Amino acid sequence: MKILNDLFYSKFHEWIKFDGESAVVGLTDYAQSALGDIVFVNLPEIGDEVGVDGSFADVESVKAVSDIYTPVGGRVSAINEELLDAPEKINQDAYDAWLVKFDKITEKGELLSAEEYKAFVESIQEEA
Amino acid sequence: MLVFEKSREGRGTSFLPICDVPEVLPSPQFQRKLPLQLPEIAETDLNRHYSELGEKAYGVNHGAYPLGSCTMKYNPKINEEMAGLSGFSEIHPLQTEETVQGCLEVMNLLEKYLCEITGMTHFTMQPGAGAHGELTGLLMMKAYHQKHGDTKRTKIIVPDSAHGTNPASATMAGFETITVPSNKDGGVDVEKLKEAVGSDTAGLMLTNPNTLGLFDKNILEITEIIHNCGGINYYDGANLNAIMGIARPGDMGFDVIHVNLHKTFSTPHGGGGPGSGPVGCKKFLSEFLPSVRSEEKDGRFRLVKAASSIGEMKSFYGNFLIVVRALTYLMTMGKEGVLQASENAVLNANYMLQKLKDLYTPAYNKTCMHEFVLSLEKLKKETGVSALDIAKGMIDKGIHPPTMYFPLIVHEALMFEPTETESKETMDDMIEILRDLYEEAHTTPEQFHSAPISTPVARLNEVEAARNPILKYDWPNEKGDI
Amino acid sequence: MGSYVPSTDLERREMLSTFGLHSVKELFEDIPQQVRLKEELCLPKGMSELEVRRNMMGLANKNKVFTSIFRGAGSYRHFIPAIVKSVISKESLLTAYTPYQPELSQGILQSIFEYQTMICDLTGMDASNASVYDGATAAAESIMMCQERKRSKVFISKTVNPFVLETVHTYCYGKKIELIIVPEKNGVTDISFIEKKIDSSTACVYIQQPNFYGSFEDGEKIGELAHNAGAKYIMGVNPISLGIAKTPREYGADIAVGEGQPLGIPLSFGGPYLGFMATVDSMKRKLPGRIVGQTKDSNGKIGYVLTLQAREQHIRREKSSSNICSNEALCALAAGAYLSAMGKKGLREVAVQSMSKADYLAERLSELGYKLVNKEEFFNEFVTESPKPVSEVMLLLESKGILGGYPLRGENEGNILWCCTEMNSKKDIDELIAILQEV
Repeated sequence: MKILNDLFYSKFHEWIKFDGESAVVGLTDYAQSALGDIVFVNLPEIGDEVGVDGSFADVESVKAVSDIYTPVGGRVSAINEELLDAPEKINQDAYDAWLVKFDKITEKGELLSAEEYKAFVESIQEEA
Repeated sequence: MLVFEKSREGRGTSFLPICDVPEVLPSPQFQRKLPLQLPEIAETDLNRHYSELGEKAYGVNHGAYPLGSCTMKYNPKINEEMAGLSGFSEIHPLQTEETVQGCLEVMNLLEKYLCEITGMTHFTMQPGAGAHGELTGLLMMKAYHQKHGDTKRTKIIVPDSAHGTNPASATMAGFETITVPSNKDGGVDVEKLKEAVGSDTAGLMLTNPNTLGLFDKNILEITEIIHNCGGINYYDGANLNAIMGIARPGDMGFDVIHVNLHKTFSTPHGGGGPGSGPVGCKKFLSEFLPSVRSEEKDGRFRLVKAASSIGEMKSFYGNFLIVVRALTYLMTMGKEGVLQASENAVLNANYMLQKLKDLYTPAYNKTCMHEFVLSLEKLKKETGVSALDIAKGMIDKGIHPPTMYFPLIVHEALMFEPTETESKETMDDMIEILRDLYEEAHTTPEQFHSAPISTPVARLNEVEAARNPILKYDWPNEKGDI
Repeated sequence: MGSYVPSTDLERREMLSTFGLHSVKELFEDIPQQVRLKEELCLPKGMSELEVRRNMMGLANKNKVFTSIFRGAGSYRHFIPAIVKSVISKESLLTAYTPYQPELSQGILQSIFEYQTMICDLTGMDASNASVYDGATAAAESIMMCQERKRSKVFISKTVNPFVLETVHTYCYGKKIELIIVPEKNGVTDISFIEKKIDSSTACVYIQQPNFYGSFEDGEKIGELAHNAGAKYIMGVNPISLGIAKTPREYGADIAVGEGQPLGIPLSFGGPYLGFMATVDSMKRKLPGRIVGQTKDSNGKIGYVLTLQAREQHIRREKSSSNICSNEALCALAAGAYLSAMGKKGLREVAVQSMSKADYLAERLSELGYKLVNKEEFFNEFVTESPKPVSEVMLLLESKGILGGYPLRGENEGNILWCCTEMNSKKDIDELIAILQEV
């Protein structure tokens, strides 16, 4: 399982990379592996306002659909349209396949460091 | 091979006489320029084409079909023959009432019988299937609340074991779904239900026996909780086959209900439809029924529309020929027959459960109704063989698998519904096959991953099908020739 | 009597003994006494097959089967080749469930894939689903496909089939969607009304081509208006007309829907029929219900599966845009067999004959004073005035075994909607005219 050091993480298994007032959000490697082969991604519209822990997108596997929640609130300023045609990119490299960009972050939820996220994932794996 | 790949220019059968009036064509601006590509095929080859497709399908005629929640009982042949009578199949839906008295009597009789079996006052035959019935019932509930100025009732309560159609129908009817969890016995968690209800509750949707094959003992308390807060109880009739002649939804406190003629009342599924989902209700909801009903007065039948009807749910009066089949079935069965059907459905399910539960873990270890759910979680942990693998293994042994991975609250679920029309030998065969598969899962687990091997195709790549959908055949060139 | 239960009393006792019970009644202990039926159901006793047959045939005989039919209005009597009935009677196709186990269901899945291809071929569209209940629910579902957060308003023409209009109305009531009915002008859609009222909150515009009165609408113009406002364009069509008439694709429609009953399905007193739906590639994931896709098996062999399932109710539950589960697969099978049997030449011939006979009938009727109301070109249906009270005319025809045109209601009260198909021979039409002359 891959966890990159320079990113923040959420307990819903998203990664966040901040750049001043804006941020990029994607799914973690753990999430893509748990979801299995992703066959489609429903992304929000540019301009949508999302609150902390709000569902802003979902990913489909063959027989399941999973909501994606964001640990930050803000306005969606870009979506990764490449994923609409090639959702498998999330499975190939989850940290390269960003989902949305937010400009003007309005609020932040609970964010974990790489180390904390690693411990969190290990605790879930033990439970299972 | 697809029918299009069998097409050859110039072939085909001519079915029509030459046009005996002057030929008229649309003016050019209304004519199609896109070439039409339909196949050109000799009748011999077309007939063989469909025979081949028939050989690559599995129906109730082949053998047991223990799909839980689907009630795949035998489809009596007399039903088909009656539906094929020209006095039913050649009747235009917009003929005058005087010329369709037989059709109206069919609708009237089936309504009476369904009312008696379910404890309802009236039924509409219009809904096209179970899910369509759900939407119909929910819209009636909405109209009722609105008529009483109760516009704040926007929530429908659904247990977590419910069919996916329940919450989906609630959304279509403009309601918000509130999910209540099941208790440890598989029934509705009554305490949680009490917390969930309030002045915003429009109603409850419930299947009883539920999708775990269990009858909810607290049913009267549950329906009363909803009534006391001003809500309406909707009964999903998917599992009615367990209780005909034994208990009635109307007596359990349900106010509106759909039944599936293509499950309980023996009409064939046709590879996915047509079904028919008549909706019944208590008197206080009758004024909201959609479409028209057939009423009798002095031996004449006429079509009557309800006073505050929600309108039309589809064209005409429902899937009438399915109604004919169901009526034929009920005439054959009679009061003693429907009771016998339910008793034997429940007996058969319990017999299979009893003979399997030492190896496979029942989701709930108690007497079941017409179906039961096994959890293969333990088997999967021990051997790596999943519910899906066992299902595919069953195919190689010549039987149709049960429902897989439903209800969602049971892990590695396999849901069996043998129905009353399977004999003890057939069930004994199924039991033996399942016991063999359990053994094989422990001795040769690897063989399961390539199952099935006896079918025209092996396991199919569903990921690729969803990522890059190919939803139609593309002709090699514009003219459609090969 | 007949109960289709194979178990004998002895076998029942044997089965009960495996769990130490003596009576089947003991299995129902979980059902509280208060809700148990105390008496047997008040239904007739079961009957033998011979008695059932007599009863049902008696009911069928109380209906009048017309051999000469000039009524359509949403339900059409076309010729059905014998092979169609033979195909849908094949037991393994008739008695199969929804193809959840693809390896066991390639026959069903392939037949749906072929049906989807033929619906796309007819309409010019890119993707079709496996069917919905009927043409009216197909219309309602197509409108739901166009709902977006900022666009929900729906324009639907008054000239669509009344059942379609009413069904759409009911579905919109559920979802609280604003439905605007575009008035008719000279028997076609009043385009100027759309022009004035359409705006950026409009989700879609729905018209029927040919419309309920049989007339061809200005399909291009309406499509342009919809698209200029950023709305979707939906066209309801008679599939037979597409043997010759311009396709929804050529009119620029985003979604094509319709009643598939004319494709090999008998009148059946209104059902079961077949709702077909097809759309452009960019909207394929918005289609409701089952969709079959082609893929390969683990050995590289071509096969078919239900696909794009994550749209559907069994996965998406309350977030699904449709609740449909059971569809009309057997009717879709009939349509596929019908279109394959007729072929491209056959379907064109049906369309041309239907139109030609309607034209001939309209002319003969107008000679008798049944003045043609349609101002625009029509396909196989048209409206006339009636020089005599409509009910009198219909009763007379009925007494001669003829089902006359459909008496229109509301604003068109007193007018008759006539229909012809290839089934109406010139002799039948001349006979109708001769009878009407007597009045």
